[in-house]
Amino acid sequence: MNPARKRTVRLVVALTAAVVLASALIYTSFSAASPALSPSQLVRQAQPGRSYQVTGTVTAGSVRRTGEVLHFSVEDRAGGTVIPLSYTGTVPDPFHQGREVIVTVQKQGSSYVGERNSLITKCPSKYKTAPAGENQNS
Amino acid sequence: MAGLGFACLLLALGVCLYGIGASLYGVRSGRVEFSESGRRAVYALAGILTVAFAVLEVAFLRNDFTFNTVADTSSRTTPAFYRAAAVWSSQEGSLLLWAWLLSLWSSLALFLTRRRMRDVAAYATAILLGLGGFFVALMVFYANPFATTRPAPAEGVGLDPLLRFPTMMIHPPMLYSGYTLCTIPLAFGMGALLARRVDADWIKAIRRFSFAAWLFLGAGILLGARWSYSELGWGGYWGWDAVENASLMPWLTGTAFLHSLMIQEKRGMLKVWNVSLVLATGTLAVMGTFLVRSGILNSIHAFGGATLGVPFVVLIGTLIAGSIYLVVSRREMLRSSHRLDSLLSRESIFIANNLVLVGLCFVIFWGTYFPLISEALTGQEASVGPPWFDRYTVPLALVLVLLSGVGPVIAWRRATLANARRNFLVPVLCALATFAVLVLAGVHGKPLALAMFCCAAFVFGSIAQEFVRGTRARMAIAGEPAPAALFGLIRRNRRRYGGYVVHVGIAVLFVGVAASSSFQHASELSLSPDQSTRVGAYTVRYVRPTATITPRYDEAHTGSTLALGAQLEVTKGGRYVATLNPSEGFYASQDASQGTVGSLIGGQPVSHVAINAGITRDVWSAIAPDIEAPLLQRIVKVGNSTLSSEEALVAIGYLARAYLRSPPPAQFHFIVSPLVMWIWIGGLIVFGGGLIAIWPAPSTVRRRAAARARARAVRGLARV
Repeated sequence: MNPARKRTVRLVVALTAAVVLASALIYTSFSAASPALSPSQLVRQAQPGRSYQVTGTVTAGSVRRTGEVLHFSVEDRAGGTVIPLSYTGTVPDPFHQGREVIVTVQKQGSSYVGERNSLITKCPSKYKTAPAGENQNS
Repeated sequence: MAGLGFACLLLALGVCLYGIGASLYGVRSGRVEFSESGRRAVYALAGILTVAFAVLEVAFLRNDFTFNTVADTSSRTTPAFYRAAAVWSSQEGSLLLWAWLLSLWSSLALFLTRRRMRDVAAYATAILLGLGGFFVALMVFYANPFATTRPAPAEGVGLDPLLRFPTMMIHPPMLYSGYTLCTIPLAFGMGALLARRVDADWIKAIRRFSFAAWLFLGAGILLGARWSYSELGWGGYWGWDAVENASLMPWLTGTAFLHSLMIQEKRGMLKVWNVSLVLATGTLAVMGTFLVRSGILNSIHAFGGATLGVPFVVLIGTLIAGSIYLVVSRREMLRSSHRLDSLLSRESIFIANNLVLVGLCFVIFWGTYFPLISEALTGQEASVGPPWFDRYTVPLALVLVLLSGVGPVIAWRRATLANARRNFLVPVLCALATFAVLVLAGVHGKPLALAMFCCAAFVFGSIAQEFVRGTRARMAIAGEPAPAALFGLIRRNRRRYGGYVVHVGIAVLFVGVAASSSFQHASELSLSPDQSTRVGAYTVRYVRPTATITPRYDEAHTGSTLALGAQLEVTKGGRYVATLNPSEGFYASQDASQGTVGSLIGGQPVSHVAINAGITRDVWSAIAPDIEAPLLQRIVKVGNSTLSSEEALVAIGYLARAYLRSPPPAQFHFIVSPLVMWIWIGGLIVFGGGLIAIWPAPSTVRRRAAARARARAVRGLARV
């Protein structure tokens, strides 16, 4: 095989491999992704057995623990829809009522169960504390 | 003081604008004095921003709460050590740190290249001043670190307790040094394209800065991982968080560049690829900075507010469009002077290594920005989690480690079967022996981890073989004893052998990652005193509760009002192993509605993790005491209603005593991770290897000394 043809073949093989890999990446990212929803959107759209990433504020007075299970509610930033959650796993230090959290949940009956270790506390105040009353949104 | 700081910013902006104009006019008109003036503008910028930074630092150390940033991120109760670091914990302060470090590194780069590539350096000066001017303008128009409020509040909010950790003092400056150093190759790369001087000179000029950027960025990433492991109460060191990913991406493309530049130096190949990598690395560094400040992605790290998103998008768009235009318009000049001779050659391995690194970067980029991509394509924001990242990055990391063992021993241009056999016999035997030993020892069920251990053994074998061969050769030629021969070998080939040490460090680090993530035992449960639990082969017993009050007795010196914890006894097979004292610190808040006592402990609670670290495993523990227990809350309520703020600490004393007498069950998190210490040891080896590689070789030092002597002689003759 002459060198020019050899180079062309190599280029075609490399590009084909790149396209196949990129396609796999794109396909799996869409199939493995969890939609990010607010509590009110979750109530409207959630289907049992599917994972969703819910972002909301921890409702004041809703946090309680039963053994290893943490129970709390999250609500929309502007208030309104409140959904109850039960969660097992690591609880980040900044978790607190009134804080904005992100947690991956599945609908089970009328309540929602958080995936183990999926709780993230959305915490801009890690760097800067917002003035009282201001929404702490990163 | 605030007036002086802001005046510095205004002056800095003026200097940037002048320097850009002078540099561009100088290089376009051929008037060197203007280009020189532009370069001096960078020095002036460094001086002015040093004054500005000093003003802000003094304000923090003096608790000058008229400065909004000081009132928002520091307090009198914040220990002085952490007050000094609080400067860069705010959006405004971190922008000033970025601009200041950029001006310092730019000054160094332009000083070292002052007698070389004047046209390239002039364009680079304009680009660096453009970037510096951008950050100064952000502070002048959007996020002024010298904004004040009068009258000043009596007390500040305090540094977030999560940041009160020693490595947090140096993590941001390391990371920002890495980011800002990444922009120097970008500026010189763009300068070379603008000046149409795309030979290897500009690459040689910025090689050391690329290495330094890589080193600082790597150290910053590792310090962040260490902080996460030791301070955040989850026991992990990497969570595929958007901001972590943002710092990893330029490190990966920078790593690719450090390998592929050798091919351009030696063979005149990969010019388009190299300049593209440099431009991509610089742009990714700016994107990393943008990601933290824009609030466009969910991250535990992001700053509040999203006011800086639009200016950053404009800057990044300009960098991307400019880079593409320059590379496309100069593509004829960037043609390779040689072609690849064989797929079995060091060039091919370097190219494969580059493809894997860029592939890793692409995977991480896609996953990180997927919420935006998904929203743009489907109208629904969605995100991918750690399992998605692991699916792609783990196999790619395996290939990467394997290649880091192949690269050093394969021949340039074309490897023959005979020399391949000679060079790969020892590394392959090392890998096979490791596999056999591990399988016989009962390590199975985790094929990817096993593969990583074998790949690492391959790397150790190949690098050890290189050191042994080189040392033997020196012993034979120079008749030196083995230690002197080894020292001489490294001293005379610092870049090569420093690079090999880096490879060993990376392999060690990945062994730690593979072992700690695959063979970890974890337990989260509630325990009362005298209860115990098993974690892997270890038994952990809750011996007794502990409580400390006031910053004076705060062992971690982080300024917590109260720390509630536990003394734990760790045993293995009935034999004592260690005593651990995890606790949770409770900090004061500025929320008066919590009451006089409640506000003393109503701030951010933070885990003080306790670790029994060892070379074979770490026993990690964290506690979340139930401060909401009725008995403890009753004391807070009674204190709130009866005690003034001066007396409130008395109630904290009662609370601590009540906790010690009748401790409510506490929530514990235990992890036994094998070989986790080797992640940090691997990082230190990488850092050591990097320092060896970056240090000027003796010949370079001698050449520079001779050049200085010649210059002095010429000046002396001129005077005569």
